[in-house]
Amino acid sequence: MTRETTGAAPSLTLSGIGHAYLGRTVLDAVDLSLAAGEVAALVGPSGCGKSTLAHIAAGVVEPSRGRVARRYRRHGMVFQDPRLLPWATARANIAYPLRLLGLPRAERRERAEEAAKRVALDRADLDKFPVELSGGMRQRAAIARALAIDPDFIYFDEPFTALDVALKRRMQDLVIEAARGARFGALFITHDLMEAVRIAHRVVVMDAQGRGIAGTRAVPGEPGGRDDGTVYRLVAGFLTDDPLFRHIHDIDERRTP
Amino acid sequence: MTTVRADALLDRLGRVGQFLWSGWAGLAGLALFAALWQAGHERYGDFILPAPLATLAAGLTIAADPAAWELAGQTTLRAVEGFALAALAGAAGGLAAGYSPATMRLARPILTVLLGVPPIAWIVLAMIWFGSTDGTIITTVLVAATPVVFVGVAEGAVTRDRGLDDMARAFGAGPLTRLTTLGLRHVAAFLFPALTVALGSAFKVAVMAELLANTGGIGGALAAARANLDVAEALAWVLIAVTGLIVVEYTLVHPIRSEFERWRNAARPWGVKR
Repeated sequence: MTRETTGAAPSLTLSGIGHAYLGRTVLDAVDLSLAAGEVAALVGPSGCGKSTLAHIAAGVVEPSRGRVARRYRRHGMVFQDPRLLPWATARANIAYPLRLLGLPRAERRERAEEAAKRVALDRADLDKFPVELSGGMRQRAAIARALAIDPDFIYFDEPFTALDVALKRRMQDLVIEAARGARFGALFITHDLMEAVRIAHRVVVMDAQGRGIAGTRAVPGEPGGRDDGTVYRLVAGFLTDDPLFRHIHDIDERRTP
Repeated sequence: MTTVRADALLDRLGRVGQFLWSGWAGLAGLALFAALWQAGHERYGDFILPAPLATLAAGLTIAADPAAWELAGQTTLRAVEGFALAALAGAAGGLAAGYSPATMRLARPILTVLLGVPPIAWIVLAMIWFGSTDGTIITTVLVAATPVVFVGVAEGAVTRDRGLDDMARAFGAGPLTRLTTLGLRHVAAFLFPALTVALGSAFKVAVMAELLANTGGIGGALAAARANLDVAEALAWVLIAVTGLIVVEYTLVHPIRSEFERWRNAARPWGVKR
């Protein structure tokens, strides 16, 4: 993997990012750069500020210090909870960002249905309200919403934490497939190292106190090309031999190896 | 495309039918009330409480008189004018208070004062300020109905889902777009119940203010009926005022509200809808 050393223009550059909530510093001096089309998984113990960093990068939160340089065309975002509008049907929810872009109604409808097809969301479910959908369907709709605007970068903020193991796997495959098909880059926040290794080109480990990036490891092979045995071996290797991952194991009790 | 439109039309027709069908329950409730009324009539006699049918007949006689329509129209116009002003003022103020905690802190004591002053005191004040004119009635209605709308809208704005706001911001929505696509839509669910209550109190306060300020309308007609000790006519006027309110509520407020609440209805299991 020479992705981060090819010297191609990075799609996202965070430099010297720092943030404080009510005087308490949660992030300090974070520098991170993602190559175009690269999927980076950001891991770290819970409470280290991963989500805040993603929110800052996506422009949801203004950082107290530092600069965000976005060189991609347009980004989408998938949150931990689906965050669907409860009063709108699944179709209208998927089309919501298209409405923000000011597209005509017919085109919104068409592109929403196309995006729904990509996440295997049934056409009959598109007329249902979020309360009528199961948890997995809601998260599918949230992914479709991010895909509908045809982004070249997507932020994933622990999107599958609340899902059961089987569903989580299907969703991961879905993202891998979509990333390969549409060739978008992504910043994937997770506290699950297995998920990180399955999905990403590179694993970025955040410092436990949010003081910058502790280190980064390229994952051999392509996302989707690694079989389960490889993924297990890689994760086990990271956890036993690599000092970078040792403190994750100690602090993050929620991680499922 | 045409099948989609036909489906939407059928869906709408189905919902209208459901709404009309639910009218039977309301009718049953009203019939029960009429039965109690009839029992009271038989116990206390014609002078204290005329029979419901006699009242209905008196009401129909009044309804046949064009002059009565003018009176009812006068009251309705005043009530609706005051209600519209109250809805505007309450919604604007409530939105401001919901989005800005400082405004909320300033507005809360003012609201307590406004709600603490009995409506009757406002009528006296308004009579001094405006004399026996429409202004008296409209002012009284405005003061009585605004706090209800204000509180409803402020509550809606405070309880909005900030997660959705963040989501919209992540997809590049500015503050105004977030307000129109998320904030107002959420507030609407709180606005409509508040408007229903405000409309009801607008009618009631308008009739009361008319009676006390002697400015014609249904209140004026009630005052005349009282002077003549004509209980049947007084009750008939009350019946007319209540009928007007019910018509407005069920042809305007409820259909709009159920349109906004479709998703909530969808969550309920089959058979217990409405």
